[in-house]
Amino acid sequence: MANLRPDAILKAIGKGKGGVSVAHNKITAEKETVRMPVPEIVTLPMLQHIGAPCTPTVKKGDKVCVGQIIGDSDKYVSAPIHASVSGKVTAVQDVKLANGKMAPAVTIESDGEMTLFEGLEPPKVTNKSELVAAVRASGLVGLGGAGFPTHVKLNTPEDKNIDTLIINAAECEPYITVDYRECLENSWNIMNGVYLLQELLGFEKVIIAVEDNKPEAIKILKNIADSDLDHGNKVRLMTLKSRYPQGAEKMMVLSATGRKVPAGGLPSDVGCVVMNVASTAFISRYVRTGKPLTSRSVTVSGNCIKNPMNVRVPVGTELQKIIDFCGGFVSEPYKILSGGPMMGTAVTGTDVPLLKSNNAILAFSKDEARVKPERDCIRCGRCHNACPMSLIPTQIEKYAALGDAEMLKKLGTSVCMECGSCAYSCPAGKPLVQHMRLAKDVMRKAGIK
Amino acid sequence: MSDKRILTVSASPHTKSSSTVTGIMLDVIIALVPAAFAGIAVFGFRAALVMAVCVVSCVAFEYASRTLLHRSNTIGDLSAVVTGLLLAFNLPVNIPIWMCIIGSLVAIVVVKQMFGGIGHNFANPAITARIVLLVSFASAMTGFTAPGRASVDAVTTATPLSYLSSVDLSGDITAQLEAFISDGDLPGVFNMCFGVRAGCIGEVCSVALILGAVYLMLRGVISFHIPVAYILTTAVFMLIVSDFNILFTVYEILGGGLLLGAFFMATDYSTSPINKAGKIVFGIGCGILTAVIRLYGSLPEGVSYSILLMNIATPLIEKATAPKYFGFIKPKKEKKEEGAA
Repeated sequence: MANLRPDAILKAIGKGKGGVSVAHNKITAEKETVRMPVPEIVTLPMLQHIGAPCTPTVKKGDKVCVGQIIGDSDKYVSAPIHASVSGKVTAVQDVKLANGKMAPAVTIESDGEMTLFEGLEPPKVTNKSELVAAVRASGLVGLGGAGFPTHVKLNTPEDKNIDTLIINAAECEPYITVDYRECLENSWNIMNGVYLLQELLGFEKVIIAVEDNKPEAIKILKNIADSDLDHGNKVRLMTLKSRYPQGAEKMMVLSATGRKVPAGGLPSDVGCVVMNVASTAFISRYVRTGKPLTSRSVTVSGNCIKNPMNVRVPVGTELQKIIDFCGGFVSEPYKILSGGPMMGTAVTGTDVPLLKSNNAILAFSKDEARVKPERDCIRCGRCHNACPMSLIPTQIEKYAALGDAEMLKKLGTSVCMECGSCAYSCPAGKPLVQHMRLAKDVMRKAGIK
Repeated sequence: MSDKRILTVSASPHTKSSSTVTGIMLDVIIALVPAAFAGIAVFGFRAALVMAVCVVSCVAFEYASRTLLHRSNTIGDLSAVVTGLLLAFNLPVNIPIWMCIIGSLVAIVVVKQMFGGIGHNFANPAITARIVLLVSFASAMTGFTAPGRASVDAVTTATPLSYLSSVDLSGDITAQLEAFISDGDLPGVFNMCFGVRAGCIGEVCSVALILGAVYLMLRGVISFHIPVAYILTTAVFMLIVSDFNILFTVYEILGGGLLLGAFFMATDYSTSPINKAGKIVFGIGCGILTAVIRLYGSLPEGVSYSILLMNIATPLIEKATAPKYFGFIKPKKEKKEEGAA
């Protein structure tokens, strides 16, 4: 694995090797995170992660406390759901999620006390298996947006030579500043988390990666990396060019180590584990306090929001309540997003609950959403130049329309991570991400992987 | 939900770059302006008339054919204006006006709209129209006038390329060229750069063309791959056959429509490969064909034919040079990682 090729790094971060420069619009960056008052009602869907949904373990009328398990699954790729407020379960029924799916959910009416569940105590964590078990019990899923259960990621297979931990503080999506604020407000936990993971999982090196547009965070993370000098200097800071999608896992691995994750593979195939910076801080906090994931920071922003800011809210709070806390709308929103503008989901209404993996709520006017009329493809190749995976989206679109699954496989359709760089840069305003999803569906239906 | 709000939903991303088709075409038009002014300065007012007729008739044909075919109106994307300008750039200044209109008809209706309009044509409209005019009205299309003498009764003169094709490559090339220059048949290198020579309206002023090309590259509208591969290949070919005669090579590069073709016609999005490797192959192919036609063909100029031929080869080039996607696994060398997928 000693192929640390500097040319690959240059290619990955340099212009012309995919990606787009997007306006950062990080208007909430310099505002301190505000804790929102306890909501009256929270709705906790049983599916807040990638993997198997949980089954509710409480029923209507039950009294629950903060941190109590209310849903769990015996499947490995899953994460338990904990009550985020104390109070009474008023309903266990299907609700609509931000992405339009339906999922069973536990609704809790808060008593306003936020009583902690008895029996929450710091887990004993001295080795890898205890750490993996503890992280599963904490309910942690990737806080960067994807929502993949973290314990699965940390439980790296023994037969693979995993040597590098990458702490992802890139936060390349526009508007979102939760990871940036985490660096500024929670650096102590980040530092502990980094060293905890390094020691227990035995990484040879830890790379803290951050984009160069966050000088304040760089200063703090540099201190964290430097405090390692007496540990054998395994932790180091890497400043990456700010270019979307720098924070995407495969891009991150390439930029930080020069290794290319094979198509269909995971970072562990090239000896890496990538952890979001806020997830890392959470692990350290959980190991110290034993308090599971029941609240998270979320960026509320966009030009329709009166007071854009980062808010710390209990998981399961209705999006409208969070928007109201930020002063509501100044103008009628055209689009409301759950997540960032490049990869987030446009919601049909604000009556959906905030999930563990949801890092932003954005409300855009029509101007801000920059709607372009769709025209015919002029074959300018901007989608291909922008694609970090070197795909040719416009070609894939055509073969998807023809239903040619074999050709779609040949073109590498399945490595598309739907980062949106192609559709962002398309002068003809084509919804290329939608076409990429349709292309994957054509492959799925044809049974071709 | 407290009040019923109507929100728009769509697939991500929810923000878009500011680049539009109209913006790109406008950039091309801006890039063509210096060469247009140079053409007017060299050949006089009639050059402006030819350009105006081509542009207006291209836009009119675009509007008419879209309307007749019950398709959305696309004159707003300005691509017809670009086609009109490029067509005019490829015509001699004394061409009859009705031929300009025929050329526009071929370019817009036959080559572009019959195949589906912008982005769907497989051949460059302006180039194809020029070739159709050239084979139909050979004398009018090769009736070049010397600079500044554009009028109906102007004496036609030969272009630099026709003198170059009469050069005996086995003899002393420099001496032959210098003889042409001292006889006043070939302009000096300075005049060649600034366009004081016979030729088509838009091809003569090399400096203006390069200026426009630099603008397009800085704006990210075209990449350097095709023009550099094209011009370099032609230059290398010319250097080899002339036994590394620099003067001959410089005249070959500046003398015909090579710069106009390489920067503005070969880089046409619809008719050239999307990927970088394909662009380079395309440029090399154009360069070889141009040099071969100029040196060994019966025509003095081969830029249009070589670009048209490479246009037709574009799908094949794209297929042969398909880029490897990220993390592409070579079927045999890699370990059995594929099972995890």
